[in-house]
Amino acid sequence: MISTFFLAIVVTSLATYLSRLLGVATSQKISEDSKIFRWFNCLAYSTLAALIARIVIFPSGMLADVDFNLRLIIVLLCIAMFFITKRNLVYPTIFSCVLLSTLSAFFKI
Amino acid sequence: MINKKYFFEGFFSIKGINSPALALAASFIAIGALLKNVGFSIQQSILSTFFTYALPGSLVMAESLIVGASLLNIFIAVWLVNLRLYPMTVSLMPLLMHKSQPKWKYYLSCHFVAVSSWLIVKDKYLNFDKRNRIDFWIGIGSATWGIAILSTVVGYLSSDYLNKDIMIGLAIVNPIYFICMMIDAMKTIQIKISIILGSILGPLFYSLSPEWCILYGGFVAGTVAYFVGEKK
Repeated sequence: MISTFFLAIVVTSLATYLSRLLGVATSQKISEDSKIFRWFNCLAYSTLAALIARIVIFPSGMLADVDFNLRLIIVLLCIAMFFITKRNLVYPTIFSCVLLSTLSAFFKI
Repeated sequence: MINKKYFFEGFFSIKGINSPALALAASFIAIGALLKNVGFSIQQSILSTFFTYALPGSLVMAESLIVGASLLNIFIAVWLVNLRLYPMTVSLMPLLMHKSQPKWKYYLSCHFVAVSSWLIVKDKYLNFDKRNRIDFWIGIGSATWGIAILSTVVGYLSSDYLNKDIMIGLAIVNPIYFICMMIDAMKTIQIKISIILGSILGPLFYSLSPEWCILYGGFVAGTVAYFVGEKK
């Protein structure tokens, strides 16, 4: 018998690959100097920004248990750290994880 | 077939101060632990990351299984949340296309399109001659994909030791990494407006529709940014 989990994996993979596949098919006809390429470039960045802002402001799962103000403070601190460390990405990511885990463990936020 | 020099240059671009390795590992460790709690076997967890390799999609699948959603519902929910991969692929592949390269490379390597690998290649593709870019991209993709699969295993095996405090810490890493990476990418007026407006409109449209807010917000913000940038 094929389990529900297995079918869920198949369905999830197909749904995900579909967008990537259609993306390659569309790309065959698009030149990197074209207007439509520049439009898609804007769409890609704006959609990503929208997704990440949603995760921070309206999170689902674990992050939903963290107070909104605290999430915002951590994001701002990490952005500051990113600039202070001359755009190093490793420090802010480690810092965010350690800070939030510690706060969570000691203050039961 | 694949030029090893450019492949490995891509593969090892995940080292250094811009490395997505930690952010990727943190989120896929969390996914591994989550899949175990949902009831997946370790083989199924590996298969899931192997064939999906997109974080929000895997999260949606796990959440849907917990509430007992149908397969059709899972398909629609995952498709919707991963639809962003379409504009991402269209804004990447034309940069990598070269007539000397076989088509299968593009159809296979599009599986590697995910936020972290995409942001790296967009940052670095100009350093390479067009005919070699696809091999560089396959290198980046193999490395990030490999880390994701490995971390899923680590997360699955260590899930008993990951308490709620650690899981919350792991959950913030990915958004922080992407926020910093996107600030770094804001080099042209079009990208600046896209990112700033997108991050305002996405949450703003949340009250209209939690499912569609990302696509609505992204579409409006990206289109406005495009027209403003073209006028300049």
